Amino acid sequence: MTTYDIDSSNANAIEARDMSIYYGAFRAVNKVSLAIEKNKITAFIGPSGCGKSTVLRSFNRMNDLVPTARTEGEIVFRGKNLYAPDVDPVEVRRRIGMVFQKANPFPKSIYENIAYGPRINGWRGTKAEMDELVERSLRGAALWDDVKDKLQQSGLSLSGGQQQRLCIARALATQPEVILMDEPCSALDPISTLKIEELMFELRQRYTIIIVTHNMQQASRASDYTAFFLMNSERAGELVEYGTTEQIFHNPKDERTEQYISGRFG
Amino acid sequence: MSAESINPEERSVGVLPEGPAVKQNIARRQLIGQIWRGIFFFAIVFGLVALLTLILDVVNDSFGLIATQSEVDEQEITGGRELEDLSQAELVAILNENLSRRVLTRLNREQPLEERDAANLVEVIETEVLKTELVAVFPLWESLTQRAAIEERVTERFPRAELSWKAWVNWDFITTPMSSVAFNAGVRTAILGTLWVTMLTALIAIPVGIFAAIYLEEYADHRVWYNKIIQTNINNLAGVPSIIYGMLGLAIFVRVLEPFTSGAFFGVSSGGGATLNGRTILSAAFTMALLILPVIIITGQEAIRAVPNSLRQGSYGLGATKWQTVWNIVLPQAFPSILTGIILAVSRAVGETAPLILVGASTFIVTDPNGPFSKFTVLPIQIYTWTQQPEQEFKIIAAAAIVVLLIVMLFLNATAVLLRNYFRSKRVSV
Amino acid sequence: MADQARARAESIGVSIPTEATVDLSKRPHIGETIIQAILFICGVLSIFTTVGIVWVLFQQAWLFFGDPEVSVLEFFTTFRWVPEIGLFGVWPLVTATFMTSLIGMLVAIPFGLAAAIYLSEYASDRVRSVVKPLLEILAGVPTVVYGYFALGFITPLLRNIFGINTVNIYNMASAGIAMGILILPLIASLSEDALSAVPQSLRNASFGLGATRLETAIRVVLPAAASGLVAAFIIGISRAVGETMIVALAAGAGPNLTANPFDSAETITGHIARISGGDISYGSIQYTSIFALGLLLFVITLGLNILSRRLVARFREVYE
Ligand SMILES: Nc1ncnc2c1ncn2[C@@H]1O[C@H](COP(=O)(O)OP(=O)(O)OP(=O)(O)O)[C@@H](O)[C@H]1O
Ligand SMILES: [Mg+2]
Repeated sequence: MTTYDIDSSNANAIEARDMSIYYGAFRAVNKVSLAIEKNKITAFIGPSGCGKSTVLRSFNRMNDLVPTARTEGEIVFRGKNLYAPDVDPVEVRRRIGMVFQKANPFPKSIYENIAYGPRINGWRGTKAEMDELVERSLRGAALWDDVKDKLQQSGLSLSGGQQQRLCIARALATQPEVILMDEPCSALDPISTLKIEELMFELRQRYTIIIVTHNMQQASRASDYTAFFLMNSERAGELVEYGTTEQIFHNPKDERTEQYISGRFG
Repeated sequence: MSAESINPEERSVGVLPEGPAVKQNIARRQLIGQIWRGIFFFAIVFGLVALLTLILDVVNDSFGLIATQSEVDEQEITGGRELEDLSQAELVAILNENLSRRVLTRLNREQPLEERDAANLVEVIETEVLKTELVAVFPLWESLTQRAAIEERVTERFPRAELSWKAWVNWDFITTPMSSVAFNAGVRTAILGTLWVTMLTALIAIPVGIFAAIYLEEYADHRVWYNKIIQTNINNLAGVPSIIYGMLGLAIFVRVLEPFTSGAFFGVSSGGGATLNGRTILSAAFTMALLILPVIIITGQEAIRAVPNSLRQGSYGLGATKWQTVWNIVLPQAFPSILTGIILAVSRAVGETAPLILVGASTFIVTDPNGPFSKFTVLPIQIYTWTQQPEQEFKIIAAAAIVVLLIVMLFLNATAVLLRNYFRSKRVSV
Repeated sequence: MADQARARAESIGVSIPTEATVDLSKRPHIGETIIQAILFICGVLSIFTTVGIVWVLFQQAWLFFGDPEVSVLEFFTTFRWVPEIGLFGVWPLVTATFMTSLIGMLVAIPFGLAAAIYLSEYASDRVRSVVKPLLEILAGVPTVVYGYFALGFITPLLRNIFGINTVNIYNMASAGIAMGILILPLIASLSEDALSAVPQSLRNASFGLGATRLETAIRVVLPAAASGLVAAFIIGISRAVGETMIVALAAGAGPNLTANPFDSAETITGHIARISGGDISYGSIQYTSIFALGLLLFVITLGLNILSRRLVARFREVYE
C-alpha cells in the first residue's frame, strides 16, 4: 500500500471483482462484481439474508473479525487489492470508515469519541488543533449545534438519532475516503432519518458513500446508484442488477428487481 | 489523505500520518500489539505452570528413596533368612525369644500372638525387636537424578542403614489409622471422618439449599421487603470468610447446642470422653452445611432461572398447581445444572480446613468415627497438622495425604461431569 | 344435539362434567400452603445464619471489650498483640493481613487481568474451552494444599533467590504469592465475565476506525468494563483478607509489626486459627479475643463485598 494510484480520471472509488464470501462451508455471497463511483451514494437493497451486509463489510475487511469467514475475489481500492497478503486491515479501515446499524458510541465523552480514531492512528497536533478537528467532524455530521455546550458529556447521553450522527462524526474524524453505512437509520424515527439523509447529501461532495437499506423510499430519494441483491437457489447472495437509482426504480431490466421494488416479492 | 479530497480553503488540523509514515505507524502499532499479546498469553501460561508445579511438587514429595536403619540386624535373629519367608510359628518363636516378659504380656493382652497373622507379626518384629527406624527421606526427583550422592551420604552418616524405594501413597497408608510415627501413619481415620462429615453436610445442605432456591425463584415476590433482604443476605453470606463460619460453629453448635451435638440428649456418649463434648462430626457437618448453603442456593437459582418460562406456562395451561409445575417441570429441567452447583459446593466442603480447626477437629485420633456423635478428624486437618511438623517425614506424609485428597476431589468432580452428562442426555431438549 | 354428544362421550368412557359439577370458586390448597411454608423456612434460614454470625461475634467481642484488661482504644491504637501478658493492640495482625493480601493482589491482578484479556479478546473458542476448566481446577485446589505448596516450594525458592539469611522460613511473601496463585483464577474468571459483557458493537466501532486488537482491548473494552473489573479485584481482595490456611502454614506464628515481606508475621486469620487450634478454655480472654478479631474481619470483608456488588450493579445498568 505504499503507492496509491492517484489517478483522478478513474471515477471509481472502490470496486469488487468476483467476490465470494463464505461463513465456514456456507457460501453467503456468490461472485459479486460491482464498481462504486467516487463521490456518489450507492444503495444496496434486497431481501433479508441476501448478503448485503456481508458484501459491505468485505469492503473494509470487517469480515476478518468473524473467525469462520473467508473470501475469494478482489476488492480494488486505489489500484490495490485490499485482500492482497501484504495489506494490513488496520489501514484499510482507517481509509474506509463504517457506520453501523445500531448507534454504538463508546462510553466516553462526546469529545473523546471523536478524538479516539485520530489518536490511535498516530495523529499529531496541539490541543487546539484537536479541538478544531472535533468541531469540524461534529459540524460535518450536523451535530455541532446540538452538542457544542456538552462536549464532555457521555456519548450515551444523546438521543438515538444524535448518537448515530456522533458515530458518523467519529468516522469522519479519521478522514476516510469511503464511508460504509449498514442500515444507519433502521433504529431511528422519521425526523432523525431525514436528518441523516440530508447529511449524506452533504457528505457526498467529499466522500463516497455506500449504504445498505431496507427502506425503498430512502434508496430512491437518497442514492445515486442502486444495487439489488437476491439469494440464489443455494441461498448464496448474488448481484441481480446494478445501475443508476433512476433506472433501477423506473426502468428495471430484471423482472425480479421489478417485483421486489413494487413490493410483490420477499 | 490525497490532495483531491481536501477542500483547499480548509487549513489542515494536525497531521495524520501519510505515505511511508503510515506504514511505519502501523508496523509499530502491530508490533506493540504482538508483544502485548505475548504478555497476555504468558499470564495464562503462568497460571497453568503454577498448577503443574503444584501437582509435581506434591507428587515429588510423596514418592522417593528412604533410608531405614535397624538396631538389631535382621539376619541375626532369623538365621540368615528373610522375615517374610518365615512361617507364623517361627515368627512367634522369634518374638518369644527376643522380647522381655513385660512386653510379651502387653502384646498378648492386645491380641494373643498365636492368633495374629504373619504380616502383623512381621510388623511387630520390625518395631519391637529390630526397632527399624526411618533415618532419611528423599524426594522423587532427587532420588532419580542423584542416586549416587544419596547413597554416599547415607552410608557416611548411617553406616547400617538400608536404602529402598517407597511410594508413600499406598494401600497401607489409606487403611491404617493415625500414628505418632510418620512411617507407620495412615489416613484411614481421616478419610472416614471426611466421608462422614461430607455426607452429613450434603444431607443437610442439599435439600435446604434447593428448597431455598425454589422459594426465591418461583415463589418469592422480589418487590416485597423481606424477600429482598433474604436475597441480599444470601449474596453477602457467600462472601463471608470460611473461618467466620468456624466461629459460628464453635459458639453455637459446639457450645450452646452441646447437649444435642454431643449426643448426650439422645443418650449417646460421645467418643469415650467423660465430659460432654460438642466437638463432633455433627457440629462439623452443621457448620459446613451453613458454609456451602449460599453456594448451593445461588447456583440453584441460576439453574432454575434458566428454565424457559414457556415450559411453566405449558404446565399451568394444563391446570397444574404451582408445586406440581415446579416439581414435575422446572426441577427436572434444571436438575443437571443444580447438580453441578451441588458438587462444586460439596467439593468445597471436602477441601475446607479453617472452620474445622475452630469447631475442633481432633489432630490426633486413632479410632474410627462410628456415628454423628464421634470425635473426628478430616483429611485437610491431617494435612495441616502434618505440614506444621518440623520433621521432614511428616511433610512427606502430608504430601501423600494431599495426593489422596486430590484424588477424592477429582473423583467427585468426575462423577459430577458424568452425572450431568447422563441427565442432560435424558432430558428432553427444548 | 348436546345430549347426543354427551351420550356418545359417555359410551366411550369419557365423562363430561355437567354444569353442576364444575365449581370454579377458589379453594384452599392445604398441600400447596404447607409446601410454600417449608420453602419459605428454608429461604429464611440464611437470615438466621447471618443473625447467628453477627450475634456471636458481637456478644463475644462485647465480653472481650468489657474486660477491664482491654479497651477499644487500646485495641485500635497500640501496636503489640501479646495475649499472654494482656497486650491487645491489633495493628501487627492488621498490617500482616494487609501485607499478605497486597502481595497476593500484586500477583493475582496483573496475571488474572492479563489472562482475562487474552481469553476474552484473543483466544479462539477452542483455546478457551481448554484453558477455562484448567483454571477452574486451579481455583478448586483446597487452600491447605496451597499452604503446603507455599511452605514446601515457594519459600525454598525465595530463599534460593534472595538468600537464606534474608528470607525467614516463615514469611509473608511466600504466603502472599501462594495466595495470588489461588486468587488468580477467580480474578481471571470474574474479569473475563466483565470483559465479555462489553457489547461486540463497541469493538466493531473501534476496529472500523482502524484500531488494532490491542488498542481496542485497552482503550475501548477495558474502560467500558472498568467498574466490573474493579468489582472483581475487590472480591479478590476480600478473598485474600479472609484466607486462612495459607497464612496459617506459611506466614508464621506470632504477631509481628514489620514492613519486610520476608519476615514472619501472623495475620488476623492466622492468629485465630492458631489460638483456636490450641487448648483454650471457653470464656478466657484469649477465647473472646479471637471473636473480636473475627468481628473486625467480618466487617472488613462485608464492606468489600458490598462495595463490589454496588459496582457490578452500576456496570450492569450501563449495558442492560
Ligand atoms: N457471522 C456470521 N456467521 C455465519 N453466518 C453469517 C454471519 N453473518 C451473516 N451470516 C449469514 O450470511 C448470510 C448473509 O447475511 P447478511 O447479514 O449479509 O445479510 P443481509 O442481507 O445483511 O440481511 P439483513 O437485511 O437482514 O441485514 C445469511 O444467511 C447469514 O445467516
Ligand atoms: Mg444486514
